[in-house]
Amino acid sequence: MLLTDGGEPLGAAAPAARWTVEQVLALAPDDASRKAGNKLGSAGPWSDTGGDGSGAVWGLCRGSGSKPYRTVVDTTGPAYKCSCPSRKFPCKHALGLLLLLASGGPAVPAGDPPGWADEWLTGRRARARAKEEVPGGGPADPEAARRRAERRAERIGGGAQELEQRLTDLLRGGLAAAEQSGYGLWEETAARMVDAQAPGLAGRVRELGAIPASGPGWPVRLLEECALLHLLDTAWLGIDRLPQPLAATVRTRVGLTAAAEGPPVRDHWLVLAQYDTPEGKIVTRRVWLYGRESGRIALLLSFGAAGRSPALALPVGVTLDAGVTHFPGSGQLRAELGEQFGPPVPTGPPPPGVTVGGAIAAYGRALGDDPWLESWPVTLRDVIPVPSADGWQLVDAQGDDALPVAAAALSRPALWKLVALSGGGPVTVFGECGHRGFDPLAAWSPGREGGREGRGGATSADPSSRNRPDAVVPAAETVPLI
Amino acid sequence: MPRTTPPTTTTGPVPPAGSSSDAPAGGPVSPPWEELVTSALLGTDRRPPGAAPGTGPDSAAAALLDAAALHTVRRRAGLLPAPAAPRPGPAPADPRPALPEAARSRLAQLLADRAAPGGSGGRRGTAPDLTELIPQWLATANLHGYRAPDAALPPLLDAARARTDLRPQALTFAGPRGLWLAGLNPDWKFALRGASGSALLPEVTDLDAVRRLWEEGLFAERVALLSAVRAHEAEAALALLATTWSTERAEDRLMFIDSLRTGLSGADEEFLEQALADRSRNVRATAAELLSALPGSALAHRMAARALSCVSPGLTGTGPSVAVEAPHECDAAMQRDGVVALPPSGRGERSWWLGQLVESSPLSVWPARFGGRGAPEIVTLPVADDWGEELHAAWCRAAVRQRDAEWARALLGTPSTPPSNGPGTASLAERSKLLAVLPATERADWVAGFIAAHGLSEAFQLLGVCPTPWAEPLGRSVVDALDIARDAGSYPWSFSGVMGLAERCLNPAEADRLEVLTTTPDEPADASPGANGYWSEAFQRLVSTLRLRAAMDRELIPAR
Repeated sequence: MLLTDGGEPLGAAAPAARWTVEQVLALAPDDASRKAGNKLGSAGPWSDTGGDGSGAVWGLCRGSGSKPYRTVVDTTGPAYKCSCPSRKFPCKHALGLLLLLASGGPAVPAGDPPGWADEWLTGRRARARAKEEVPGGGPADPEAARRRAERRAERIGGGAQELEQRLTDLLRGGLAAAEQSGYGLWEETAARMVDAQAPGLAGRVRELGAIPASGPGWPVRLLEECALLHLLDTAWLGIDRLPQPLAATVRTRVGLTAAAEGPPVRDHWLVLAQYDTPEGKIVTRRVWLYGRESGRIALLLSFGAAGRSPALALPVGVTLDAGVTHFPGSGQLRAELGEQFGPPVPTGPPPPGVTVGGAIAAYGRALGDDPWLESWPVTLRDVIPVPSADGWQLVDAQGDDALPVAAAALSRPALWKLVALSGGGPVTVFGECGHRGFDPLAAWSPGREGGREGRGGATSADPSSRNRPDAVVPAAETVPLI
Repeated sequence: MPRTTPPTTTTGPVPPAGSSSDAPAGGPVSPPWEELVTSALLGTDRRPPGAAPGTGPDSAAAALLDAAALHTVRRRAGLLPAPAAPRPGPAPADPRPALPEAARSRLAQLLADRAAPGGSGGRRGTAPDLTELIPQWLATANLHGYRAPDAALPPLLDAARARTDLRPQALTFAGPRGLWLAGLNPDWKFALRGASGSALLPEVTDLDAVRRLWEEGLFAERVALLSAVRAHEAEAALALLATTWSTERAEDRLMFIDSLRTGLSGADEEFLEQALADRSRNVRATAAELLSALPGSALAHRMAARALSCVSPGLTGTGPSVAVEAPHECDAAMQRDGVVALPPSGRGERSWWLGQLVESSPLSVWPARFGGRGAPEIVTLPVADDWGEELHAAWCRAAVRQRDAEWARALLGTPSTPPSNGPGTASLAERSKLLAVLPATERADWVAGFIAAHGLSEAFQLLGVCPTPWAEPLGRSVVDALDIARDAGSYPWSFSGVMGLAERCLNPAEADRLEVLTTTPDEPADASPGANGYWSEAFQRLVSTLRLRAAMDRELIPAR
């Protein structure tokens, strides 16, 4: 097994890609499972653990029942499998197993997977390969599909017209009246949009309902959002006259899902951030990726319905050697993760950053392609978090330009992590920059710790004195801020 | 373009100044934004926007929406950076070395456990309780002098905020950057407060700075300063205190005089003797208490004279005994020496006075009083007229106050004696105070003997005063007692307090020896149902916690 790795350093042949404790903890779908997984992150309850060179880890975890749970993790997916009945994903046993792996030492020896683990692993990998080889396959009956699409477009058109009428009525009667009519009116309209198969419109309508209760300045915000919704309506009704990319954006905004198209971009993708937002009964998970060679940013979406966590879970800070296919429309951010080549690498350097002015300009440019864009992903280089009258700002280290931190981020404890990392000095921050301000999602410290330890490791005469053979000093470690 | 404050929004970057009024050159003519908002609020039927080109009410509304959409996108696309607020000063440098990688991961794990919401309560399972290990981790990390990872500072400060017992170690570990960060967040104000904010005090050798802070500082700063000076040089603190003593407020005087407890010596006697005439009753009482802890002080001699007149050798039947004649009055001189005249309700005043006299008298007077007998013999003498309990309790308090190991040993008796028949006191709280007077190893030995004789049911408080990790034979006797309790068929949660202590205090090297206890043997017929399973679970948790503690310590050992 060691020999087949050829030029790879010995450490790379260790049982499986080893993530850091922070990365594993960030995978937890919620606080409760983070705590529960944390408890299982020591050797106590585990037996028959092991890992192999292909990135698989497995183990038996003793629970309250007589039979231990069988837990397998394929770190190349990553994908998780456990015999426990939990609907959390990944479950606490998978988290515990990964923590055990992260803490190093002899707890997870190298070996061949036992039958029960092997069965799932080979099955999963075979399915993944099969999916790669048959890309979509296309609908069985293109003619029927076309008719279905036409019927749906008609229905959405009807919905858009109805919504347009509602908006006109609202403006004729005045927004002041909307404050009294309350949430119910919007809920009903949103339901009509769901009937019209336009979930994008429905979502926007539902958000309108919350604005009158959102504090001072609500009429301005309500007018803005009504106007943008009107813009979307009219864009859909006249979609035939729009240029192709804009038409694709409008289709996405209205809620039509197009298939990812074009050749996949193979790159080293750094996982920048992963976070969940509840949207109605569905939880949407967003994962931001940055391609080191292509310089592109990609957004992976994953959905979880009714109490289930979304299936996609990537640890922040790892780099995946993978193919990514972008969706058309909306600045081509949204993408789909394709085939992965080898297990993820635990670190990766941050994207090159821009100044505050550059970040705002990037958002402005992106609005040209998609006027409904709330924010745009940017990396700020050398900014200092500064407390201001009504919250926090990120200020250019060289210069006086400031970008306010979005209100949503002010209440998150992770904001303090950013301040702590900075210590009053410049840091690199990735986040979403929009008209509400900047929402920080990940940060890189100025490399103080990494630099010092790096030199120490390099000069140490005896490599065996380092406690872990694969303890490559992180060039830059991504610190999640959400 | 000039930067202005936004006219409409309070968050987000600043919109360009022209956006609210200028129409784009060549574009459709649209009314100013403010006018659009007014029309929208009132309704286009009532207030059509300025230059509505359409015909009919619907198209007026549509035109308003068109214009508003244009404005909105244009405003968003033309945002400008906001002016920067004044920057905070940079955090002071922290030269301590960074944590080893494995230790950093461990810290993240421990803190993550604390931050998560509490579990279901109830069953504790086989996994270690990570939050309980934070104090030990912090103490070891500080021993090695590591710097806290930057990203760990917020959860660390949160942990210290929630648990005051963590604060000293957590703040030491957080270091100057932690203090800097705490200064920015009102939630972490505690870190800057007096006693724990010792990093802000001047060097105690810098006399000018000390004097200035003493004269100008806030109350908490002054208390912290006095303690620091006292710890460094006892007499300097006394001199400092004397400079302003007469002008201090009563409650301040109480705190200041209390800080003399550290490094108390004969040199303080004169000052304390004056304080016996203080205006405040609490200050007087504290001064008297401190003086009585100095066996050579004049107050101690006065108290001894009074006590000796009450307690004398007597004869009961054939053997020697102790005769007690409690005081009949509490005169002004006694009250000046700190004797409280009014007993708490339910206690006789004469026994109340007697107790105070005996506890304030130097223990060294008693052997001479009882014909050269040592403490172990004196405490076994029978006491006449049921005064025994009162007298022995007062001796216990005196032994604790004067930190007299010989008397403490005598009053504790042999560990195997049942508490109710012991020479001193049956109270576990009093006994643990007496234990604290003994040298560390002797303490552990005594508690080990106690557990071997009486089991664990009353040992919790006593175990609390033993030095950690538990030295042998204490660790072994705790484990044996737990094993016996299991064989007796009781449930482990009757011993959860001791179990928790054992997880934190047993020597981690014991883990291997304990491994055999984690199996589930066949249940004896008379045992509580299922108890064995729970016991095995509890022992598994004990073993895995010990292993974890050993790993924690290993991870913190510097690389070379």
